[in-house]
Amino acid sequence: MNYKLIVSIAKSLLLARWRQTLVAAIGVTFSIGMFITLLGFMNGLNDLLDGLILNRTAHVRLFQEVKPNPNQPVNASVDYSGAYNFIQSIKSSGGRLDIYNSAAIMRAIRADQRVLGFAPRITTPVLYNSGVVDINGAINGIDVVAENELFFFNDYVTTGAAIDLKNVANSIVLGKGVADKLLAEMGDMIQVTTSKGELLSLKVVGYFQSGIQEFDKVQSYTSIATAQKLMGKSNSYVTDIQIKLKDIDQAPAVAKEYAALFQTDAEDIQTANSQFETGSFVRTLISYVVGITLLIVAGFGIYNILNMMIYEKMDSIAILKATGFSGKDVKLIFLGIALSIGLFGGFLGLILGLSLSLLIDQIPFNTAALPTIKTYPVNYDLVYYIIGIVFSIVTTFFAGYFPARKASKIDPVLIIRGK
Amino acid sequence: MAHTVLEAKHISKSFHDPVTIQVLNNINFSIDSGEFVSVTGKSGCGKSTLLYILSTMDTDYEGDLLIDQVNMRGKAEDELARVRNEKIGFVFQFHYLLNEFTVLKNVMLPGLKLQKYPEQEVEYRAMERLKILGIQEQALKKANQLSGGEKQRVAIARALINDPLIIMGDEPTGNLDKKNSENVFEIFKELAETYRQTLLIVTHDQNFAERTHRIIEMEDGRIIR
Repeated sequence: MNYKLIVSIAKSLLLARWRQTLVAAIGVTFSIGMFITLLGFMNGLNDLLDGLILNRTAHVRLFQEVKPNPNQPVNASVDYSGAYNFIQSIKSSGGRLDIYNSAAIMRAIRADQRVLGFAPRITTPVLYNSGVVDINGAINGIDVVAENELFFFNDYVTTGAAIDLKNVANSIVLGKGVADKLLAEMGDMIQVTTSKGELLSLKVVGYFQSGIQEFDKVQSYTSIATAQKLMGKSNSYVTDIQIKLKDIDQAPAVAKEYAALFQTDAEDIQTANSQFETGSFVRTLISYVVGITLLIVAGFGIYNILNMMIYEKMDSIAILKATGFSGKDVKLIFLGIALSIGLFGGFLGLILGLSLSLLIDQIPFNTAALPTIKTYPVNYDLVYYIIGIVFSIVTTFFAGYFPARKASKIDPVLIIRGK
Repeated sequence: MAHTVLEAKHISKSFHDPVTIQVLNNINFSIDSGEFVSVTGKSGCGKSTLLYILSTMDTDYEGDLLIDQVNMRGKAEDELARVRNEKIGFVFQFHYLLNEFTVLKNVMLPGLKLQKYPEQEVEYRAMERLKILGIQEQALKKANQLSGGEKQRVAIARALINDPLIIMGDEPTGNLDKKNSENVFEIFKELAETYRQTLLIVTHDQNFAERTHRIIEMEDGRIIR
């Protein structure tokens, strides 16, 4: 088989009518470019929405729920061990909110290979004192470094710096809503009262804006040590451990395992945010449907263009066959033409897609809900580019293959005599 | 030393659409090397149909076709393509050059396909043939920039590139004026007499036919002379 000759014939046929070739290639370019742009943009937005939840939600949360003890004393009684015990009006016992033996648990979690990281937390309700009015709220004592790393806490601190929580003693980062209510400026001292009646003055070192207004009207952040001091507890007092896993899909299994192992309550993200799961799934589905639709439309466009090109060249096919080129040669020539259009057009499509993505990435997008986002988000996942180029080659292959097969079977006599 | 180049044995062909019409009926003849043969007859007598069967492009017939003493029946499509490439040179009524290529490349293509000679050799041979036909100065023009007569000469040069056993022509002068027709005839005649090239030309031009060495006259699918 003389591939060099076939390539040179394909090249001549392509270049002889380079305008038509260019139009065909531009058709491919446009389809692939649009596919990449749209999918990149849609997935950028999806990631943004997913990030709203995922960035600040632990995959597994360990905590101590206030609830009635499932092991009531009567169950321990040997006399009634075989009986059904009906107990009425049980009250929750203890009221202990911190996790037992938290230091040992944290050591165990740190050793777990599946865990990306964890951040201990103290959550406690407080009253913000503003003159004669007390405002309900909640303070989260956090490990700033771990929170920054795992939950991008710094991104949501719009004024001031998160790290000041660690560096400045008795400091607080107020939710924007709380700060507005308290008329608290940066550097001001504010007073909070705990549910136990303890009073503490804290210095405002930043504002916090999560994107969820209800949340910002209530929550504030302080360092874990300050929170322990506020509550008058020892430095092993921790009410929550927020764990981020390497693989989010393992969360339900890990939560179950930890609940049994550490004898605490454990909640996984899938259970805690089932509506998020559904939303995320639907959005992904939509982007796939749009992507597939685009590819199908693009595929038909490419098919049409190539089909036309090949039918225009019927005369050439007849001559080639009459002078001794076999059907196989003719097929290879036209497949070569189709694939070069696919490859060239597809490659330009990648560039077009990337440029449009970069352009969208520059369009301002300001929203109160998302303080860190300044421009429209775009996902630059390599997968879309790979799908794009593979698809352009595969489609042009088939778009070229069927007309080429037809061309290879053409009876040259019909064309030569048909004139 | 004359030997049989092409032999038709009991070749028949019918069209079945819409009713069965027999276009060729038991055709028998053979052509020896060096012969200059013309096939004549009225329109519709089946002479072109016969030519396309003899050229191996039409495989839907009964009987046997022997080219260079090899039976063409039952050969695969790519084997037939090889036979056309190597042993048959074609000249059509409408020149049928590839407009995408230069004149030289048009002539070279069947040679490149055959791969008997390296590319430079094929190019040299193509130029040689263009020179014989007096159109070497047009070699680098595109095929569609030539006149009708010139195109037909290029087509003849292309038919000659692989030193074919036989050149077949389907009304090669049918589309040309008197002067160019005469030119083409002179070329054929020179090929036959100087280069001992075997030629089989289908034509309805009586003047052309009468000057060839041998006339096969057809009527209603049969050879009558």
